[in-house]
Amino acid sequence: MKSLRTYLDKIKPQFQKGGKFEKLHSTFEAFETFLFVPDKSTSRGSHIRDSIDMKRTMSVVVIAMIPALLFGIWNAGHQHFLSLGEAAAFWDKVLFGAVKIVPIIVVSYITGLAIEFIFAQIRGHEVNEGFLVSGMLIPLVMPPDVPLWMVAVATAFAVVIGKEVFGGTGMNILNPALTARAFLFFAYPAQMSGDKVWIAEKADAFSGATPLAEAAAGVGSGAVHFSHSLSDMFLGFIPGSIGETSTLAILIGAVILAFTGVGSLRIMVSVALGGLFMGGLLNVFAVNAFMEVPFYYHLVMGGFAFGAVFMATDPVTASQTAKGKIIYGFLIGVMAVLIRVLNPAYPEGMMLAILLLNVFAPLIDHYVVEGNIKRRLKRLPKPVKA
Amino acid sequence: MSSEKTEREPMFSAKTKKLLIGPLNKDNPITVQVLGICSALAVTVKLEPAFVMAVSVMVVTAMSNLLISLLRNTIPPRIRIIVQLVVIAALVILVDQVLKAYVYDVSKQLSVFVGLIITNCIIMGRLEAFAMANKPWDSFVDGIGNGLGYGIILIIVAFFRELLGSGTIWGFHVMPKAFYDMGYVNNGMMILPPMALVVVGIIIWVQRSRNPELQEEN
Repeated sequence: MKSLRTYLDKIKPQFQKGGKFEKLHSTFEAFETFLFVPDKSTSRGSHIRDSIDMKRTMSVVVIAMIPALLFGIWNAGHQHFLSLGEAAAFWDKVLFGAVKIVPIIVVSYITGLAIEFIFAQIRGHEVNEGFLVSGMLIPLVMPPDVPLWMVAVATAFAVVIGKEVFGGTGMNILNPALTARAFLFFAYPAQMSGDKVWIAEKADAFSGATPLAEAAAGVGSGAVHFSHSLSDMFLGFIPGSIGETSTLAILIGAVILAFTGVGSLRIMVSVALGGLFMGGLLNVFAVNAFMEVPFYYHLVMGGFAFGAVFMATDPVTASQTAKGKIIYGFLIGVMAVLIRVLNPAYPEGMMLAILLLNVFAPLIDHYVVEGNIKRRLKRLPKPVKA
Repeated sequence: MSSEKTEREPMFSAKTKKLLIGPLNKDNPITVQVLGICSALAVTVKLEPAFVMAVSVMVVTAMSNLLISLLRNTIPPRIRIIVQLVVIAALVILVDQVLKAYVYDVSKQLSVFVGLIITNCIIMGRLEAFAMANKPWDSFVDGIGNGLGYGIILIIVAFFRELLGSGTIWGFHVMPKAFYDMGYVNNGMMILPPMALVVVGIIIWVQRSRNPELQEEN
């Protein structure tokens, strides 16, 4: 540690103004603050300063995603061997999953960070850490068999069009990771959804359909037949995107996020309530088999839990006001279930619901603030008539 | 097209040249004035219809500019919009019939968008902003210039959308077969209208970073 510090101090002048690598200042700065807590302090007045900065915040989110990631790695192997009808040891499954998934993570980080660094150099600002989280979220919402070049294209699209055109981290309207997934979903639908993508080399007799696809199929056949039990769906022994299958692992992440205050518990809970409400409503007015699926199934199928915990709570794109967060979350839950059940063309409503509400979040905030001002104005004592 | 020339001015003075070249870059109807976006999104899936659309719009803009400029002193101001629309509508119908007669397939692909040239803001905009106050030759050149400015964006957008969305250019396969064998897949999103908007946005981005005077101060 000590030697690293002295080394950094030694090369620092070269990156300062007038130094040899002046142009690469932001690159150096990014690595330095990543390795060491920045020693900037306020020089005048008294401030209460928390040592937490964006890098630490982002690190917490990445840590919270680790359970889902580890489970996803195991599950990719598990589903693979299941589809071949072979029994395999625990470590074989992990190894197989890691071979599939680690490259996706590496590609996502390399592409995204390369673009972030290029933009930081051109625009002369510091490298933003937002991508630490996006770079991990993007692999987690991909199917395990996605071609690597698609990950690279989608990441580049999400970072450039989803984030940098708006001015970089903190200015983006849409969640970058979901932008990447939406891009792939519309650009390469055959590779992203449907019942063939989740497990590549599978035996004919094995159904690789996700529970959502099975439920959607129920609309035509008259009855939904799930090949997995509710507890399997909750624990995550189902085909699906890498990080989304295990609601349990996601809940562990949710606890970390909520406990550290990084992710808004308010949003997570209201998304879940919105989903339950809409699911219940559809149960009451059910006219086809998908609408009859018990409402609590929606929480464990597909990407609902993952979206609620990691995507909807993104502090940049979510509503900022307390009341706004409840409305925002509730509507995400409602829309997600609505799109899922009533629009068979879009198997996963969560992604579209969050992107839609991302766009509406500023509007919700605006009306919450306006409403607050109006209410407080009413409280003012009436002017006394002269 | 014969037009009444002004005696004192040469046919291609610096001013007329500016009328012709300006819309290609700093006065571009699509990327700077943001007019005619609707058709730019709709007809740019393939290069061929985009090219035909660009030519059609250029013809209509130039001819309506010329006609309105000839009539400009006799049109009562109160009904000028109606007169302009009648002229545009007549020209659009002519263009539509010509397209149906000679390039029927493309005309079918363009479908309603040929008729919708009538509502293209670029044409109305040029008539109101230019032809009503300028001489016929200048107006004609202005119409050609704006038609070109519109067309060039259409063709750039269509080029990328067709190349990435279908792997073809003007209907010919240009993506090497080896790419597909390696797992390359055509980008289905390029065929959807939102990507046209994104491509236009990227063109605006590039143009603005090359021309700092286009950037507003804020």
